[in-house]
Amino acid sequence: MNFPHRHVLGIKQFNAKELNFILDTAESFKEINTRNIKKVPTLRGKTIINLFFEASTRTRTSFEIAGKRLSADTVNISGSSSSVVKGETLEDTARNIESMHPDIIVMRHSASGSCDYLAARLKCAVVNAGDGTHEHPSQALLDAFTIRQHKGSIAGLKVAIIGDITHSRVVRSNIDCLNKLGADVVISGPKTMLPPGLERLGCRIAANLTEALKDADVVMMLRIQLERQGKTLLPSLREYSRYFGLNETNLKLAKPDAIVMHPGPMNRGVEISTAVADGPQNVILDQVENGVAVRMALLYLAAGGEKIAED
Amino acid sequence: MSSILIKNGRIIDPANNIDATLDLLIEDGKIVKIGESLNVQAAEMIDASGLLVTPGLVDMHVHLRDPGLEYKEDIISGTKSAAAGGVTSIACMPNTEPIIDNLAICRYVISKAQEQGSANVFPIGSVTKGLKGEILSEMGELKDGGCVAFSDDGLPVASSELMRRALEYADTFEAPIISHAEDLSLVAGGVMNDGPVSTELGLKGIPWVAEDAMTARDIMLAEFTGGRIHMAHVSTKGCVEMIRQAKKRGVRVTCEVTPHHFTLTDEAVRGYDTNAKMNPPLRSQADVDAIRTGLADGTIDAVATDHAPHHIDEKNVEFAIAMNGIVGLESMLPLTLSLVEEGVIDLNRAIALMSCQPSAVLGIERGTLSKGAVADIALIDPSLEWELVPEKLHSKSKNTPFGGWTMKGAAVRTLLAGKTVFER
Repeated sequence: MNFPHRHVLGIKQFNAKELNFILDTAESFKEINTRNIKKVPTLRGKTIINLFFEASTRTRTSFEIAGKRLSADTVNISGSSSSVVKGETLEDTARNIESMHPDIIVMRHSASGSCDYLAARLKCAVVNAGDGTHEHPSQALLDAFTIRQHKGSIAGLKVAIIGDITHSRVVRSNIDCLNKLGADVVISGPKTMLPPGLERLGCRIAANLTEALKDADVVMMLRIQLERQGKTLLPSLREYSRYFGLNETNLKLAKPDAIVMHPGPMNRGVEISTAVADGPQNVILDQVENGVAVRMALLYLAAGGEKIAED
Repeated sequence: MSSILIKNGRIIDPANNIDATLDLLIEDGKIVKIGESLNVQAAEMIDASGLLVTPGLVDMHVHLRDPGLEYKEDIISGTKSAAAGGVTSIACMPNTEPIIDNLAICRYVISKAQEQGSANVFPIGSVTKGLKGEILSEMGELKDGGCVAFSDDGLPVASSELMRRALEYADTFEAPIISHAEDLSLVAGGVMNDGPVSTELGLKGIPWVAEDAMTARDIMLAEFTGGRIHMAHVSTKGCVEMIRQAKKRGVRVTCEVTPHHFTLTDEAVRGYDTNAKMNPPLRSQADVDAIRTGLADGTIDAVATDHAPHHIDEKNVEFAIAMNGIVGLESMLPLTLSLVEEGVIDLNRAIALMSCQPSAVLGIERGTLSKGAVADIALIDPSLEWELVPEKLHSKSKNTPFGGWTMKGAAVRTLLAGKTVFER
């Protein structure tokens, strides 16, 4: 298939066919991760820079492992060790890095739109590893991959996403991705955390948590961070947990075979109880595992994809 | 004695209800005669056939950045930009460095403009010393020194008590307070209009209620004190309606809107275009429609640009940290004329909104072609089409969301007290 994208900036740029193509590509890479020798030469000679201006363990490690298993040379730069602390602009930092001829820059940044900004100014491919509260495409794709793995297909599934929607890049990418793949996406959260015009992204807003969870095939809980959300959106974590936390009781509202997801890191006892987080329906570590395969696919496609295969 | 005869132009002088093809005679920088086929000798003849002859335009909301921020703009470049837009009088905001909160800076602005500028500059003094929102500026002395109004533009006067006193005190000297209406606790770090587009882009929203809540307060304070309030850059449907109602019950309130707020919506932010970032932010289509209605029914007194030059380095950054504002002096005229083209307002109202009406708000003797008035005149070709190329703007800064737009209508010659300060 022709994959006409140079950058991976957000789910927004892909249609359903392309999303499925990425997931299929990831499928073909997944097996590499369980081999005894976990390495293929696909991206040998390619240089990938992981430019992370925000703290990240899971995503950065996942991208790094993905690059290494494809034999790319990967370099990690984190915000605290970069020139940003010396007052350098994002464009200058990126241009300096580009001068060393990387093939791909994977970036995480606190400003929404920062990956679009970079892509417009650089010649190398840019892969978005999370920009502000805008998009986190690799997370949405690994979530879709995981749902597909457990449910066979995504079309027609009811997916409930619960939490702070306003401040979540994960949810924006997920709504768009799942909507394009035919799921019925239902959102719930306190009204202080539901931004205006949410429905236009391709979801429904449930009247309450019960309605959201009722007969859901997939329940996705979002991380609550009191420090990020500020003091005006929530009175306490205790109250949040009581009205919007997922526990063994309210999980029964979902279908018996519903899967429970969380992008991590979890606040046990806040948005998700330990019993559910470790319970039989959780696929949380599958998400992390699949993340490597999905990111291998994204790096492969961003590096030139099909063209590499022909070389 | 120098004299100029402008012949065969369509003279539009809303202050005197004139809209006719007439000749206009200037002597020693003053308008001495308007009439049909004036048969007089003049040192210079200008054939204005096919052109509009209007009062030099008045822009009551400009940031000249001088003193202190001359890397963005200065009085020379800013007034050149004005002249190129047909604007001969501007009121400049006090958020310079140092701030226009004392007589020395006020005098500096006026004298530099007189000596080196291409337009009249009327300074606006700050409401509070240092724009700190704590102590009133010495408004009496500033008014005597040439300030025409008082504003903490860029910042609201957060304290209601202080705003009350500012309205009372400024009215002692017959000056209006220009309000930048914004409840900062509701803005809460927002960077664009709060709505479906901000949700999609993941940018923090500024809700309309941040502007409406403060506008409501300021109208009430003006009503209570009897003082005069002018609402700057009105951007929401609710504010237009509140001002309409307040005027009906006799509150001394006036208001202005910017060309960008009646031309663009928050859709322009897509792609994270920092030239679509300003404060107040670009709003929704419903707001644009309400502003247009307000322009048509007379609720809105003036079109003003909020000309806010910023260096490329301050705009070529991530959206969240980019500076607010755009340059506007050279695009005000065509964007306002496009409202005429679209049938929103007629030509006379369009000119009035950019001349005699803002002059009346500021109490300056400009914006008319009355006999004896200073010959500040714009010769406008209403059908001239031109492409707005940011690099070609006369302002030092090029931050405009209208780059690449085809504009219709332009000043082809601008006279300041009878002297040509711009010719296209």
